[in-house]
Amino acid sequence: MKTLEPITPDLLQQHGLSAQEYERIVAVLHREPNLTELGIFSVMWSEHCSYKSSKIHLRKLPTRGPQVLQGPGENAGVVDLGYGLAAVFKIESHNHPSFIEPYQGAATGVGGIIRDIFTMGARPIALMNSLHFGPLEKPRNRILMEGVVAGIAGYGNCIGIPTVGGEIYFAEVYSQNPIVNVFCLGVAKKDRIFYGRAHGVGNAVIYAGAKTGRDGIHGATMASAEFGEESQQKRPNVQVGDPFLEKLLLEACLEAMKTGAVVGIQDMGAAGLTCSTCEMGSRAGTGIEMDLAKVPQREERMTPYELMLSESQERMLLVADRGRERDVLGIFEKWGLDAVPIGRVTDDGVLRVCRGNRLEAEIPNRALVEEAPLYDRPARRPAYLDALPSGPLPSVPTTDDLQGIFQRLLSSGNLASRRWVFQQYDHMVRTNTLSLPGSDAAVVRIKGTPSALAMTLDGNPRYVYLDPREGTRIAVAESCRNLVCSGARPLAATNCLNFASPENPEVMWQFVQAVEGLAEACALFETPITGGNVSFYNETLGRGIYPTPVVGMIGLLEDERTCTTAGFKKPGDAVVLLGETREELGGSEYLAAIQKCLLGPAPRLDLERERAVQATCLEAIREGLVRSAHDCSEGGLAIALAECSLISGLGASLQLLESVRPDALLFGESQSRIVISTGQPERVLEIAGRQGVPGRILGQVRDSVFEIRDFIRMDVSAMKEIWEDGLAKYFRVS
Amino acid sequence: MTRFGVVVFPGSNCDHDTYHVLKHVLEQQTEFLWHNERDLKDSDVVVLPGGFAYGDYLRTGAIAKFAPIMQAVRRHAAEGGLVLGICNGFQVLQEAGLLPGAMLRNKGLKFVCKFVDIRVESSRTPFTNQCQRGQVLSIPIAHNEGNFYADPRTLGELQDQGQIIFRYCDNPNGAVDDIAGVCNREGNVLGLMPHPERASDAALGSADGLLIFRSLIFAAAVLPA
Repeated sequence: MKTLEPITPDLLQQHGLSAQEYERIVAVLHREPNLTELGIFSVMWSEHCSYKSSKIHLRKLPTRGPQVLQGPGENAGVVDLGYGLAAVFKIESHNHPSFIEPYQGAATGVGGIIRDIFTMGARPIALMNSLHFGPLEKPRNRILMEGVVAGIAGYGNCIGIPTVGGEIYFAEVYSQNPIVNVFCLGVAKKDRIFYGRAHGVGNAVIYAGAKTGRDGIHGATMASAEFGEESQQKRPNVQVGDPFLEKLLLEACLEAMKTGAVVGIQDMGAAGLTCSTCEMGSRAGTGIEMDLAKVPQREERMTPYELMLSESQERMLLVADRGRERDVLGIFEKWGLDAVPIGRVTDDGVLRVCRGNRLEAEIPNRALVEEAPLYDRPARRPAYLDALPSGPLPSVPTTDDLQGIFQRLLSSGNLASRRWVFQQYDHMVRTNTLSLPGSDAAVVRIKGTPSALAMTLDGNPRYVYLDPREGTRIAVAESCRNLVCSGARPLAATNCLNFASPENPEVMWQFVQAVEGLAEACALFETPITGGNVSFYNETLGRGIYPTPVVGMIGLLEDERTCTTAGFKKPGDAVVLLGETREELGGSEYLAAIQKCLLGPAPRLDLERERAVQATCLEAIREGLVRSAHDCSEGGLAIALAECSLISGLGASLQLLESVRPDALLFGESQSRIVISTGQPERVLEIAGRQGVPGRILGQVRDSVFEIRDFIRMDVSAMKEIWEDGLAKYFRVS
Repeated sequence: MTRFGVVVFPGSNCDHDTYHVLKHVLEQQTEFLWHNERDLKDSDVVVLPGGFAYGDYLRTGAIAKFAPIMQAVRRHAAEGGLVLGICNGFQVLQEAGLLPGAMLRNKGLKFVCKFVDIRVESSRTPFTNQCQRGQVLSIPIAHNEGNFYADPRTLGELQDQGQIIFRYCDNPNGAVDDIAGVCNREGNVLGLMPHPERASDAALGSADGLLIFRSLIFAAAVLPA
């Protein structure tokens, strides 16, 4: 093959390839690549597709367990649920596209993660998302958030998969780099899991779904670089989603899988046709030969380069048994979708791309996948950690102020009601949603079995910034705690690691610490990591985000009737605190929102204590003793107790007795605490005693007044007005 | 036993939920009716479920009215057969001319998913005979275009003829006269924006929706075949 265009340093830079990487390409090909091949290498070796900066560290994560049927490396993780069923789940980032084009960026993120799930043979049953924005006082951040939420709603609502939960977090560092992570969970028959593997020499390679256009070319490369001032010019790199088409594709693929003729299947996500073909070949140790002239196209005169790199949405690649192609094609026809054989599986391990008779690219699959560069990038403890003011803490406000502070916290961005957001998501479709959004974890029942699945997304970037290892351990602990509060036993985890540039040694240090914290906590809770995503380069003009690992966790309720929610249920019930309040204010929402300062250290986490608190809560729920359970996290004990009232409309009369300075007592964020309401407090305390967990009765559930003696006394309805308006006030339609 | 048919457009997404309630909760004979077919499979009651029939990138339901199955639904309705349209199904029935009025975008310009209270305005219909007049049902809504509109003359007729069957207690979308559900003049076709199939199991927060399906079972049993 001839190189038609000279490979210049400029061209390499446009492709995000270094001079050394180019030399490596020439070495593995034993020749210069042509432009199409250069494009193929650039996307496959991009950070987004190759994990070249993270891979050696991700190997530290625990990925095995008796429940794990499929760990990292496939389109999604798979976990055994019993009853011959398996849970298939994963999280992905769509940060860069969402910043450029919030509606379509978020929408196509949802579309991509849904495809990752049904490609494994699972019926998607729930979506969640983790969103991080700059403060809503800035109009630009409101536009971003409104667009992202509408995009998620537009896609998920149309395709008919409920968006059941998630988290939203505000901090100034996200103004230029919002975080949009999307999670999907599906259920499959355990013995009918499909993989992205092109097995069987001679089998047909079938392209199905939307036609290929010029949209999204180099999306993966874009997601592998920081933004400058011209980032808005990258809008054409963002794809446009069509949820109706994806609905057809979903139904058609699941139906095609039932024929028994589908050997392997993978969606075309980042790096489109390139990534799906070479990954499927690489996993199976085979090659793929295809003819681009057969690829359905929606634009004229597309070049091989464009066809291979397009990230047009709603496309799938299937490998079907030779001779049974018609069985598969007929089903796509029924759903009104394009489906065309474009090539064959070969035995030589080479990705061979032709157009008609003309050879356009010829690259060994392993050069693109297994032999992609790996970097052990330098890491250095960030200077800011030593420069952080370490106290003394701001003086204690007088008790008169505490009620005022409480009210301001109720309406602060990170603590206010999320109703404005979740009401835009259809969270009830499929009629399985047992806990409405706003509780600790989302719970969906699995029809046909007595069980239900709980799921949650957690992280506290402020803690991680202050202490990457401890902050990430806390994220895992909080995920498990949220599941346990809902009555579930934690099963397995996924993760999305959002960081700034890995080429900055201080960022790399944060990353390594976070991964090690994640590994340590997941090992202790026996929640293996089954997959996930790394998103680097979340920085604009040299300003990066807080290190933002998001932990996604699923848990199992063997009996759906043990599903427990956060709101108080019955006046007269005792309110019990499991765990203890220390004098800790570091990294708290109170310091950030009220004292306007970020002081360390992050709260301390005692993993053994955490485990005992969770064991107490889960045992009490299973014994039928618990009417409500709520994790105590951002905003501290006062906010956790208030939330139990706000969700239910019931009040409480409470007294806190620890000898801790009042603001830490009310708003400190000590870990390993759960608030329970129960009709049988002595039995709950007995379990706590047996587990070695401090437990104490704080007071009682009441009708309509919320009171923490000596500090706070308000009508729940008045509290609710403030809390409900916290986000909604920024989006009012006049 | 009542024979229910649940219409499936390619973008229907509440078809399985509706089927589940009719078939597994109420144990009625229930069939899916594919949009490209013309056979109602002897259904006594045809249900058009929620969703996005053909994507609804155009006006909601604007394409669905041309579906082959809709010819059969029109004939069934003309012969006095029972037809229930839920959410998108309601929008399709309006586009097909089987129900009056049109849907505007919600007043708040956002999709709204939440439980709402609706009041039963008449119990003398095939859809509400198991309810009391004035009874309040808790049933979720989930729509972007549920803001019912009819011109003043049509609205006056609906009021005079007693065709307004459900009203919102606290209007969530700007619908004129708080209308949540209307029937045709003959009373055998009803559309409502709330989703009764989502309120058919106490574990999900309400079982009030069952009253509507049970009313249909009762009505189908007493209707002349």
